[in-house]
Amino acid sequence: MEKPVIEFHLDARSGVSPYLQLVQQVRHALRLGVLREGDQMPTVKEVVAHLAINANTVLKAYRELEHEGLVAARPGVGTFVTATLTDASLAAHGPLRQELRRWLDKARRAGLDDESIEALFMTTFRTTAQEDIA
Amino acid sequence: MNAVLQAQGLGRKYGRRWALRECTIDLPAGHVVGLVGPNGAGKTTLLKLASGQLEPTAGTITVLGGRPAGGPPQLARVGFVAQDTPVYAGLSVADHLRLGERLNLRWDAAMARDRIATLGLDPAQRAGRLSGGQRAQLALTLGLAKRPELLLLDEPVASLDPLARREFLQGLMEATAEHEFSVVLSSHLVSDLERVCDFLIVLVDSRVRIAGEVDRLLATHYRLTGARRDPDRLPADQHVVCARHTARQSTYVVRTDGPIHDPAWTVTRLGLEDLVLAYMDQDTVDRRAALEVRR
Repeated sequence: MEKPVIEFHLDARSGVSPYLQLVQQVRHALRLGVLREGDQMPTVKEVVAHLAINANTVLKAYRELEHEGLVAARPGVGTFVTATLTDASLAAHGPLRQELRRWLDKARRAGLDDESIEALFMTTFRTTAQEDIA
Repeated sequence: MNAVLQAQGLGRKYGRRWALRECTIDLPAGHVVGLVGPNGAGKTTLLKLASGQLEPTAGTITVLGGRPAGGPPQLARVGFVAQDTPVYAGLSVADHLRLGERLNLRWDAAMARDRIATLGLDPAQRAGRLSGGQRAQLALTLGLAKRPELLLLDEPVASLDPLARREFLQGLMEATAEHEFSVVLSSHLVSDLERVCDFLIVLVDSRVRIAGEVDRLLATHYRLTGARRDPDRLPADQHVVCARHTARQSTYVVRTDGPIHDPAWTVTRLGLEDLVLAYMDQDTVDRRAALEVRR
């Protein structure tokens, strides 16, 4: 059997549910170009046997990815990648990273330590995310 | 979906002590169910009632729609791997498979052979000379090759080292992905069950504290932290699982179907382990309250 293109891993201490970790790892691999359109995803049985997790967790993750239009199941054959995330947004990463660096320098000069910076970022991030929902 | 296990007011007494009482649960098919609770909580008793090795003292239990151990067809539908995954020390691995074939109505000989080969076990090896992990894998192979509709496992990984534990659960999960059957496995460690189970029963002090799908449990429990507040000032739909107070601060774990709007609380989600611990904590709180009343 051909070796699957990606291998999943789980972080028990991340606080992110296992199914979401799988979804995020696929999105991440798509963004980095590790997974490309047409690639075959590992089978549910392979993921289950590798990670020792519940089959429903994998099914749920694959359903979510299917719902997002990133993969499609071909009955009897397998699940395949149908989209790519390495689009225009990749080009924006560089300038955004530079801006973020400048902001981080500013925060450090203002006397914030790593923990305070992280806390400030996360609370702001969450607040804006919530405002977007509301 | 059909129920694999239904219990109605189920109880079992040993002498004057209730090992399990007032147990009412309804387990839907197609799940890997974790039965979690401290040692002596009643996990083994419930599994033995389900497999028909014990008769109830009170209430009723139905497994796959039938009476536990109520005849050969019913016995063939339910597999049971006892605590510490026992095997016959004097018999070889191959002997175990032959025994399985003779004793079971629908034995999957090919599956048993394949599993033994994949595990790298020598069929001529005596079971008594296998490592703990290999012994557990042999017991699991027997339980799987029986091709049950429901497989019950009592603390299957408790005595295994982390690697053997992982390999055992990998084998079990792989089998559930390949063949459709339901699983109930017990453990006193939530961390063992966290990845493999999608349904959880928390058993504390002979009683079922909570039972439900893991996703649902995680979505309906919250930890609230804020200025000290009495429980009767919480909304009626917020069921208090456990509560701790200092002179100024209150920390609650609550179960609720609705969102938490009160801005006075810092709201956090709970992981499965914290959720289970919260239910165990309630027990200690109850007990302390009872002691204080007696004083």
